Amino acid sequence: MWDNSNHMLYLDHAATTPMRPAVWEAMEPFVADTFGNSSGSHGVSRRAKNALEEAREVLAGLIGARPQEIVFTSGGTEADNLAIKGPSLSSSGGGVVTTAIEHEAVLESAHFLAGLGRSVVEVPPEPSGSVDPDRFAAAISPGTAVASVMTANNETGAVLPVAAIVRVVRSVAPRAAIHTDAVQAFNSEDINVDDLEVDLLSLAAHKFGGPRGVGLLYVRAGTALEPVLHGGGQELGLRSGTHNVMGAVGMAVAAQLAVVDRSHFRARVGPERDVFEVRLGELVGAVRTIDGERLPQHAHLRFPNRINETMLIQLDQGGVAGSAGSACQSGAVTPSHVLTAMGMSASEAAECLRFSFGWTTEAGDGLKAAELVAGVLS
Amino acid sequence: MKVLVAMSGGVDSSVAAALMVEAGHEVIGVTLKLWEGPGGAMPTAGCCTVSDSEDARRVAAQLDIPYYVLNYTDRFKVGVVDRFLDDYLHGRTPNPCIECNRTVKFDHLLDQAGEFACDMVVTGHYAQNTYRDGFWRLGRGVDPDKDQSYVLAMLGQRELEQVQFPVGVQTKAETREIAAGLGLRTAAKPDSQDICFVGDGDYRDFVRKHSDEAERPGVLVDTAGTVVGEHEGIINFTVGQRRGLGVTFGEPRYVVEVKPESATVVIGQRSDLAVRSIVLDQVTWVIGQPPDRPAVTVQYRAHGEANPAVFAMEDDQVLVHFDRTQYGIAIGQTAALYDGDEVVGSGIIVA
Repeated sequence: MWDNSNHMLYLDHAATTPMRPAVWEAMEPFVADTFGNSSGSHGVSRRAKNALEEAREVLAGLIGARPQEIVFTSGGTEADNLAIKGPSLSSSGGGVVTTAIEHEAVLESAHFLAGLGRSVVEVPPEPSGSVDPDRFAAAISPGTAVASVMTANNETGAVLPVAAIVRVVRSVAPRAAIHTDAVQAFNSEDINVDDLEVDLLSLAAHKFGGPRGVGLLYVRAGTALEPVLHGGGQELGLRSGTHNVMGAVGMAVAAQLAVVDRSHFRARVGPERDVFEVRLGELVGAVRTIDGERLPQHAHLRFPNRINETMLIQLDQGGVAGSAGSACQSGAVTPSHVLTAMGMSASEAAECLRFSFGWTTEAGDGLKAAELVAGVLS
Repeated sequence: MKVLVAMSGGVDSSVAAALMVEAGHEVIGVTLKLWEGPGGAMPTAGCCTVSDSEDARRVAAQLDIPYYVLNYTDRFKVGVVDRFLDDYLHGRTPNPCIECNRTVKFDHLLDQAGEFACDMVVTGHYAQNTYRDGFWRLGRGVDPDKDQSYVLAMLGQRELEQVQFPVGVQTKAETREIAAGLGLRTAAKPDSQDICFVGDGDYRDFVRKHSDEAERPGVLVDTAGTVVGEHEGIINFTVGQRRGLGVTFGEPRYVVEVKPESATVVIGQRSDLAVRSIVLDQVTWVIGQPPDRPAVTVQYRAHGEANPAVFAMEDDQVLVHFDRTQYGIAIGQTAALYDGDEVVGSGIIVA
């Protein structure tokens, strides 16, 4: 958890997490030696193509999908864009129903469609940070082309009842495509497309120990999608562009390691996070914001009468990396749309910080981290 | 010493930061995000200062200092932009840079610097801050073309003891030379000219966009009250303005008064703009008290000259009597009182 190369206590694994060591090892041959374009017809290309398809098979197997249902993308944002825009644009005027706490990649894609005149509904969350299936179902209409609900929220860590939401959506709009953004959940939650009964599912490699710059969208066979990127017709026409072979290879290895490590991750990280929260509560009065089911790596805390922007700088100066949920392009902290949707006032939301643990977390880290954070803040 | 440098992304604050590093201080660089462009509804969209903050960020990286962007949009809107609009709609002539210094930079930022354990706030202003005879003094910058003491004239002892202006002791040319010598990317960056939140456009367009009141039609009257024309909103007029009145006379006419409540614009001859005395409100004194001698010079425009005058206290206000008649003083402007090249106090012109 202590990041030697950056001389920091790294508690921002939900933003991105270090690559697992074996990942780079698997990628390295594809940086220089096996440089081929996987779409070519000669030996160099073939070796790249074989590696790409092997990665696709591995990833499909890990989430209960078939290889041809995996569309490689540049990351979670692109996967979300394709998942939201694809079904709507392939239908005649089909709308979007999603939640108000989705990642911006989902919300801004929906806003784009709203600009084209399509109906977009953002279902508000409960104060608990989760989403009520019946409330979600009430927003669904027969004209809904895509319903999107994240597996777990990236800021608060709240786990959403995806399977229950899927059931109620199917009963109202059997033809709607159902998407879940599982980008934040893959480390600790069992992700299987048939258990979740979703048609579309987004993943990003860098959240679970893979490289930044690669992700995938699972597309259930038979789901009609209009591509977002047009061109050479790669990925069955759904995502044109020369493949990021080394990224796909790295993603597959990281996903394997994450799935093998998953139950251990939960058992290792969750208790450290809990100790961290309790001790920070004792030391500086930090309060948990989420009571319901949540990811084991997230500690989302409110620090009464303190400002997150100021705390983040104090922490950075003190050698601790945390996060305030959302930052704009310039780097300024802005009020979190997730927290305000949950009913927090802007000033309450400005008292919140996210600390997130990851695969490098070890026994004893939670207590050490709490002492260090409290030391900086007091 | 640990210092916080307010970095705008321009050459002056870049060099200020470099000089602090060179002096051996522990330095933190910050950019204040003050304003969002239109359509800044989503948290990820609408940052107006991305390219400037990128310059600041890169300079900070080159100097190897930590760098942060602080979100001051709410404070800036209330303290500067709302007041700017309000002033124009009430026929006053605001100076938003001064309000920004008063309500944003040298107010909350000083407090926040303390929370980062910084002893000092450093900016790239051309002014001199020196300690003499038991008080901090605010002097003009060495470069007469760049002197910014006027826009800092509201500072008092609390602020001055916590701030430094390292480029104030040199000329702009010297600042650029230092930047070029260090290879800073901002070395040749042009000076900012416009009101930052208005951008390249006309401030009048900005006011129109933010208020219907600005476009309420009204009449032009002469100093006797006779209607001589019509106009399409008081925002098109400021006191002293000669062009664009929409009516012509045999000799030059000027806007001499704007009456917002009736949307009336009074025009007259140059002699009608003549002012010998003004009254200042929101008075501040650099050393906390007025000087003993009533003879001062008074500057009422950012790059205007300082005019000899005497002042007198009247309750909380200050009465300034100029030695010579002045023309084109507008309500809302700030007047800075000088003793030689040193600021002694300031106030906002209310009459």
